[in-house]
Amino acid sequence: MEFKLFYHFGRYLLMLKGMFSRPENFRMYWKEFMHQCVEIGIGSLGIVVIISLFLGAVTTVQTAYQLVSGFIPKSVIAQVVRDTIIIELAPTMVCIVLGGVVGSKIASELGNMRISEQIDAQEIMGINTKAYLILPKILAAMVTIPCLVVIAAFLGIFGGLEAGKLSGIISHDQFMEGLRASFDGYNVFFALSKAYTYSFIISSIPAYYGYNVTGGALEIGRASTTAVVVSCVLILFADYVLAAILL
Amino acid sequence: MIELKNIRKSFGEKEILKDVSLKMEAGKTNLIIGASGSGKTVLMKCMVGLMNVDSGQVIYNNEDFTAMTDKEKKPIRQEIGMLFQGSALFDSMTVEQNVMFPLDMFSNKSYKERKKRVQEVLDRVQLKDANNKFPAEISGGMKKRVGIARAIVLNPKYLFVDEPNSGLDPQTSLVIDKLIKDITVDFNITTVVNTHDMNTVMESGDHIIYMHQGKKQWEGSNEDIIFSEDKLLNDFIFASEFFQDIKEMRKMEVFRDKAWRKKGGTPSSNS
Repeated sequence: MEFKLFYHFGRYLLMLKGMFSRPENFRMYWKEFMHQCVEIGIGSLGIVVIISLFLGAVTTVQTAYQLVSGFIPKSVIAQVVRDTIIIELAPTMVCIVLGGVVGSKIASELGNMRISEQIDAQEIMGINTKAYLILPKILAAMVTIPCLVVIAAFLGIFGGLEAGKLSGIISHDQFMEGLRASFDGYNVFFALSKAYTYSFIISSIPAYYGYNVTGGALEIGRASTTAVVVSCVLILFADYVLAAILL
Repeated sequence: MIELKNIRKSFGEKEILKDVSLKMEAGKTNLIIGASGSGKTVLMKCMVGLMNVDSGQVIYNNEDFTAMTDKEKKPIRQEIGMLFQGSALFDSMTVEQNVMFPLDMFSNKSYKERKKRVQEVLDRVQLKDANNKFPAEISGGMKKRVGIARAIVLNPKYLFVDEPNSGLDPQTSLVIDKLIKDITVDFNITTVVNTHDMNTVMESGDHIIYMHQGKKQWEGSNEDIIFSEDKLLNDFIFASEFFQDIKEMRKMEVFRDKAWRKKGGTPSSNS
């Protein structure tokens, strides 16, 4: 197990090293980067909107349920929702979901290209496939996923506000008052640090597993599953490490 | 010209290629034949650089490909075209985009010029009205033609073809064989074909290499192959339906007579 861990880690580092070479044609790399931005960013927008709205709504209802004391002002609910969404739920939960959506897509796309010899065909043409196929995916993820996390934070808070109003837990004015109270901008920096770290994980790990698939269709499925599991575990590990370092 | 010198390749304990040395000339269709597991595909992958050899040299026009760095290999790789067994077309691209891809990546031509060149090669492989179709929408034979078109679009000096007839009906196989042969002669390309198909051997094999258990067992032309005394080669070729079908046997006799005449003998003495 230990040996395999170091084996994969070494190969993963070599893959990352292999990505950095002079592009054969910058225009084609740019085109691929923009294509990946659309695939990863726009392609994941729908699921991000849905989960962030519901995460905000659930957080409001459950926070209100736990605040039973009449001495605590209701605006505190909004503060808790805001900080929970910004610090944890928007970056971590959204990226775990994206780890499944984007991760399986990257792993299966590259795996299929490997099995059907499309990667070999590009290698023979003289293309650095690590640079052309993997780097644009990682860069696109690192550009679009932090944007999705910001959108998720806004929508999560909006979902919390609407859920509070609809269920009669908190009024619009009380929620807005809580949102403005003792806001710390460092939390946004922390959330974005998480978003950049996670976006690197959920693009590079599936790329590694997909790029190195051997065998047939069954192995593509296995690689895709392994990639998602490893990405999720690494996201949670990175979550703890970042919290310990930055907070 | 491609030259292989003492190529050896192993996977773990198992030696796949055992001291293989060959010369392949330009303008000729060089066929590598042999049973499954004889090392044909590994040999081809070593030649194009998809696998590294354990020892030996792969020489393209007096340049040692095996001694080069990845960066140094790039110019030679751009002179190589390859048709894969499964065609290896890019699923997300149309036929036209597939063929244009090497041009997009490596040429500075305008879009109009690139499109013109793509149309030229698609016409050359006799593929009409398929420009905007995706690989999933075309037949196996058409995929092979698109693969050939993509392989020759940059005017390669070397063309590698892995099992061109796998999954094709005999009629389409003949068309593909003829196409490869014509392209080889027209563009004076060094073509290397991996095949099991004895039809291909007899129709288009200028230079045939028979591989057996990782070794070069026999080498010669398609005219020599039927006179070979090599038992292993005879076992291999006479197991083919091509040699058992009566009609094809007659065809063989004609071919054999022709070959004997070329050698200065009399056809009757050999029939």
